[in-house]
Amino acid sequence: MLEINNIRVQVEDKEVLNGVNLRVDRGEIVALMGPNGSGKSSLANTLIGNPRYRVLEGKIKLNGEDLLAMKTDERASKGVLMAFQQPVAIPGVTVREMLLAALRSDGKKMSALELKKMVYAEAQKLKIDETILTRGVNDGFSGGEKKKLEILQMRVLKPELLILDEIDSGLDVDALKLLAESIMEMVKEEKMSVLVITHYQKLLKYLVPDKVTVLKRGVVVDGGDKEIVEKIEKKGYAIYD
Amino acid sequence: MEETKKLWKKLRKKVTQFMTKNLFKRDKVKYVYKSKKGLDEGVVIDISARKNEPKWMLQRRLDALSLYEKMPIPKWGGDLSPIDFDDIYYYLKPVEKAGKTWEEVPDAIKNTFEKIGVPEAERKMLAGVKSQYDSEVVYGSIKKSLAKKGVVFLSMDEGLAQYPELVKEYWGKVVPMGDNKLAALNSAVWSGGSFIYVPKNVEVGLPLQAYFRINAESAGQFERTLIIADEGSKLHYIEGCSAPAYSTASLHAAVVEIFVKKGAKVQYSTVQNWYKNVYNLVTKRAWVEEEGEMRWVDGNLGSALTMKYPACILAGRRAHGEMLSVAWAGKDQHQDTGAKMIHLAPETTSQIVSKSISKNGGRASFRGLVQINKGAVGSRSKVTCDALILDKLSRSDTYPTNKIMEEKVVLEHEATVSRVSEEQLLYLMSRGIDEKEAEALVVNGFMDPVVKEIPMEYAIEINRLINLEMQGSVG
Repeated sequence: MLEINNIRVQVEDKEVLNGVNLRVDRGEIVALMGPNGSGKSSLANTLIGNPRYRVLEGKIKLNGEDLLAMKTDERASKGVLMAFQQPVAIPGVTVREMLLAALRSDGKKMSALELKKMVYAEAQKLKIDETILTRGVNDGFSGGEKKKLEILQMRVLKPELLILDEIDSGLDVDALKLLAESIMEMVKEEKMSVLVITHYQKLLKYLVPDKVTVLKRGVVVDGGDKEIVEKIEKKGYAIYD
Repeated sequence: MEETKKLWKKLRKKVTQFMTKNLFKRDKVKYVYKSKKGLDEGVVIDISARKNEPKWMLQRRLDALSLYEKMPIPKWGGDLSPIDFDDIYYYLKPVEKAGKTWEEVPDAIKNTFEKIGVPEAERKMLAGVKSQYDSEVVYGSIKKSLAKKGVVFLSMDEGLAQYPELVKEYWGKVVPMGDNKLAALNSAVWSGGSFIYVPKNVEVGLPLQAYFRINAESAGQFERTLIIADEGSKLHYIEGCSAPAYSTASLHAAVVEIFVKKGAKVQYSTVQNWYKNVYNLVTKRAWVEEEGEMRWVDGNLGSALTMKYPACILAGRRAHGEMLSVAWAGKDQHQDTGAKMIHLAPETTSQIVSKSISKNGGRASFRGLVQINKGAVGSRSKVTCDALILDKLSRSDTYPTNKIMEEKVVLEHEATVSRVSEEQLLYLMSRGIDEKEAEALVVNGFMDPVVKEIPMEYAIEINRLINLEMQGSVG
C-alpha cells in the first residue's frame, strides 16, 4: 500500500535522507529502527507532508497514488495518520472538537453525540483520565497522556496507515502494553498497516514487526525480519559502522 | 439536550441570516431634527431645550463644553487625526417619541432591528430592550413582572425626566465630566443611553439589552448610561451595536457609569461591531461597594479605532472586579483596549483577562492599570493578557501599569504573545483538517475562555464574525 522509492530529503540545508526505499503492505507492521539522528523521524515527517522537509528526489505512492502531490490534510483523508513524538498543544480546542472537525472535513457522518460516546468509551479502554478530555488538546498533559491521546485519535479516525513516531518514549510498560494491544486490534480487525519508528526494541515485543528496516545517516543499512531486532539488542547499532 | 440542540441550530441560522443581510447599508430615514454640523454653545443649548431638561442639567452640559474646549486631544493610544470634529452632527433625532411597541417604530428603522433580530430575541430571552438609533432611543420595553418589582429600565432622557433626584445625585459621580476630553464631550452633548435602577435584593433573571445603531453619515453618537444596582440585587446588561459603511469618520463617544451597592452583582457585556469608519472612544466605570461584584465582558470586533478601558473602583471591603475581553484587529483597525482596577478597600480582588487577535495589518494594544491604595490590605489582583498575531503585517503591544501602595497584597501578571505556530497547523492538518479551518480552530480555542462567558447568542455571533473575518469575506 505504501511504496517509498529512492527518496532524498533536505531540512534547511542538510540532507537527512539520501535515497531511501521502503515498502509497507496492507495489514503489515514494519519497524523502522536506527540510532538518534539516522533520519527515522525525517521519513515520518516527509510522509505526512511537513513543509519543513523538502523532497529533492524520489517517489512515494499510497495505494498507487502520488502522495507527494498532496497536502497534509489530503494525505490524512487518504488514510495516513501519524502519532507524533511530541504532539503540540492546542489550547481551548478539545479532542472532541478537533476530531469532529477532522471527521467532517473527511465527509464522514458522525453526530457530536456519537463521537462523544465513542471518545469516552475509548478513553476508558486506554485508561485516560476523563478530565483531560475537557481540556485543550495536549494542553498541560503529561508525556504519557499525550501518547495515549494520539492512540485514541487513531481509534476514532481509523487510518489505513499508522505512523508511530517514537511512541514509546515517556511511557511505562503497562501503558505501552495497553497502547500496543489497541493498535494490534486495529491491525487484525481493520487490516491497518503500521510503520513503527523506534530506536529501542521494547515496543517491538508487544508490536511484533513483520519486517524491519534499519536506517543510519539517512540511508538503509539493513533489512529483514524480526531477527534484526535481537541482533541490535545484543550488539547495538555499532555493527553498522 | 434535544431542545438545546434545536435552539442552537436556530440561532446559528439566524446569525447567518443576520450576517448575510447587509447591515452595513444605510437605512433611508427622514430625521425629525438634525443639529447643524459642528459644536458650539448654541448646539448644546438647543439639545437641552429640545429635551425640556431642568436648568441644572443644561448648566452641567455647558460646564462640560467649556472643559471639553480647553482639554487637549489625547496624544497616546490611537491616531485620532482622521476625526474632523467640525464635520460631525452632534444631535440627530430620528423620531418624535420612543415606541412602546414595535408598531410605533417607523418601518425603515424597525426593519433594521428586525434584521439584527432584536424583537425576536426580546420575545425569547430578554427581560427588556432599548434600541437607540443615532441620538435617540426609538424603542423600549421591559417585562411587566420586573416593572412590578420596581425595576426601572428607561432611556437616560426618560430617566432624567422621571427620576431627576437620582440622576442629579449619581450622574457624573464616577465619571466626572473633566475625566478626559471625550467624557467631557459626552457630558456636553449626551443623548439617549439607558437608565437602570434595580431595587434591593431584586434579581433580574434574564438580561436587559440595549442595541445601538449609528445610521447617518458623519454622525456622532453620545449615549449616556447610568446603572444603579441596589444592595443585594443582580443584573446582566448586554449591549450590541452596528453602523452602515461610510467613508467619512463617525464618532461614538459614550459614558457608562455603574453603581454596585453592597452585595450586588452586575455583569455588563458588550459586543462591539461598528463599521470600520467609526471611532469608538468610550469611558466606562463602575463603583463597587462592600462584597459587590462587577464584571465587564467586552468583545471588540469592529471600528477603525477603539479606545476603551472599563474600570472598577473597588471601594468596599471584599468588593470584586473583573474584566474579560477579546479584541479582533483586522485590516485598518486599531483596538486599544484594556481595563483599570482600583483597589481602595481591604481584601478586594480583581481579575483581568484580555485576549487579542491581529491579522492583515491590524493592531491590538492592551493597556491595563492595577492600583492598590495604602490600606487595601489583603487585596489580590491577577492580570492575564494573551495576544495572538496571525501574520507578519500585524502588531500587538502591551502597556501594563501597576501602582501598588500597600505591601500586604498579591499581584500576578502574565502576558504571552503567540503566533499560530506551523506546528499547530501541521498537527491539525495531519488529522485531515484543511489549513483555513485549522487556523480558525486555533483562533477559536484561543478566545474560548472569554467567549464562553458571553451569552450563547452573542458568543455564536462573535465566533461567526471572527470566522468570517478570517475568511476575509467581511469588509
